[in-house]
Amino acid sequence: MAELNPSQVAASPDASAERPHPPGDYDLVVVGSGPGGLQASYWLSHLGIAHAHLSADPGPGGMFRRFPIFQRLLSWTRPYAPYERATRYYESYDWNSLLAEEPENRSLMPEIMDGISEFPSRPEMERNLTLFAQKTGRAVRYGTRWTATRRDGERFVLETTDGEYRARHVVFAIGAAEPWKPSTPGIEAVPHYADTGPAGEYAGKRVFLVGKMNSGFELAEGLLPWARQIVLCSPRDAKLSVVTRSLVGIRARYLQPYEDHALGGGIYILNAAIERIEKHPDGWRVFTRATLGGADLTLDVDVVIAATGFGSPLGDLGDLGVATFNQGKLPVLTPYWESASVPGLYFAGTISQAMAGLKKHGVPSNSGAVQGARYNARVLAEHIAREHYGWTPPRPEVPATEVVSYLLSEATRGPELWHQRSYLARILSFDEHEGIRDEGILPLAWFVDAPGGDAVAMTIEHTAEGEIRPAVYVRREGKVEEHVMPSDPLLDFESGEHRKQLRSLLSGLPGFHA
Amino acid sequence: MNDTNRDIVDTLAGLTLFGDLSRPQLEAVAHTFDEQWFSEGQRILRQGFTGTGLYVILEGQASVRIDGVDRATLGKGDFFGDISILLGEPPVADVVALQPLRCLVLGGPDTEPFLNSYPRVIYRMLQSVARRLRNANQWRS
Repeated sequence: MAELNPSQVAASPDASAERPHPPGDYDLVVVGSGPGGLQASYWLSHLGIAHAHLSADPGPGGMFRRFPIFQRLLSWTRPYAPYERATRYYESYDWNSLLAEEPENRSLMPEIMDGISEFPSRPEMERNLTLFAQKTGRAVRYGTRWTATRRDGERFVLETTDGEYRARHVVFAIGAAEPWKPSTPGIEAVPHYADTGPAGEYAGKRVFLVGKMNSGFELAEGLLPWARQIVLCSPRDAKLSVVTRSLVGIRARYLQPYEDHALGGGIYILNAAIERIEKHPDGWRVFTRATLGGADLTLDVDVVIAATGFGSPLGDLGDLGVATFNQGKLPVLTPYWESASVPGLYFAGTISQAMAGLKKHGVPSNSGAVQGARYNARVLAEHIAREHYGWTPPRPEVPATEVVSYLLSEATRGPELWHQRSYLARILSFDEHEGIRDEGILPLAWFVDAPGGDAVAMTIEHTAEGEIRPAVYVRREGKVEEHVMPSDPLLDFESGEHRKQLRSLLSGLPGFHA
Repeated sequence: MNDTNRDIVDTLAGLTLFGDLSRPQLEAVAHTFDEQWFSEGQRILRQGFTGTGLYVILEGQASVRIDGVDRATLGKGDFFGDISILLGEPPVADVVALQPLRCLVLGGPDTEPFLNSYPRVIYRMLQSVARRLRNANQWRS
């Protein structure tokens, strides 16, 4: 086990070093300077873990240096909220700022926004991340591309454009923004979403969009003032977030093309498999086969764009033994985002969505977005610190008389629980000798399957009907039982009824008394 | 594991559950389900936990475990989670990966609309459930 090294940590965030972290031996290397990499590096430094930090990009921001194409995000920040900025509870209203201990480094996003929309623009988001990197002294070796990986005994060797880095542990925060296309015949010649040009290029054109996810609808919405005709096509029906009552499906702000389609306004939404795509001198011909009824169609269009999603640029990690799934786009991970097949390799940022957790009622975590991944990064850094660097979590004692109030307060306003529903939970342990201890925020999937003493996990879950409610997992004598609690019209879970139910659920746990 | 979506469609075409569907319909199914991968020993369904999904095994084996006792082994083409979804009750068994397990999964709330769109899948599910019932009755007698 390596020791924490304060001197190295102090040297690590030396932003004045133009190109920090030259090739060489390090205990830990972080790859990537998007929100996931910056957030992971921040918490590792905060815990005293020295590390090299590399990025292929020329500056911070990751995918937000380029996307979304039409320059406005899907994640909102409410500058004015029931809680003061820079407080923990404000994080529920700010999906875009990264997390920090120091008040002056929190809630950076609302200070930058121009008030036009609650959804920041892409440049505002890039500025938010750049500011975080500057203010927190992230020392990143930019312009250093990771190119290959191999093992050398117990160490990993990362080959880069600057030379070799050797490390016991690597945190890959390389995003999930590598353009991906299916194997449809002819689609290889079709430009991807990432290659979309300025909207004016599509003036008067017939545009065929392959895909009916958010990226397809974003393009359709952006091209409404320009394109002559827009067709969105994929095999399954479009899901709408306002119907699923969750973040699953097309987000509300991209729904205008859907309404135009419903009103017969020159937008066509097809449920069809694409058999093949042919390039012709004057455009494209797309052959479709209906999947949910209707006719098979052959369409002649001027432009085809593949809005078919993204994968993670995992490079040669598969050759190293990293198991992947979803057409090789994502690594198979443990609840703590470690490769399930190659211990020592960790993943932060949007890749952390590869671990689905309990995914109750079909609603995924928000690990694929900043508002979820930022908490994962903190939990990951603490996990690495605990497992490999001898870090001891604080585990403050919770007076028995405050347990019910504390857990219900967390359920009502704890941002980790609200952003990472059914994924992260507040854990309290109950022990006859140690008393009641706050074990912190941990992955629920780990808690329910790991052995351990008597404990309680409080989380928030989202039902099929769109109801948001607390769920309590109680472990007694090694067996975990689930108990769901009622919702509330104002999402206030601190009512007398909730207190009474929770008291009853905790009854008999060591050290607990109402 | 670097299968293309087309390979998933080919795999689905070879499963009894989806044996009556056309190629375009199989593509729609492949887009409707999510793929998930479980490590050996990982729990997929948890006894007594609500909000589960419908799982179809593409590769690997899993054990149906009740109160720690293995009751059945599931393999490629088998599905689970259906009873919990259809009855609206928590699963009465754990399902645990016996080896690396690759599944397609559909969220519980999406299952009824999916089945309504593909009646032939309902028929195939009924056949499978009927076999389970017959085997259970034979075991009892």
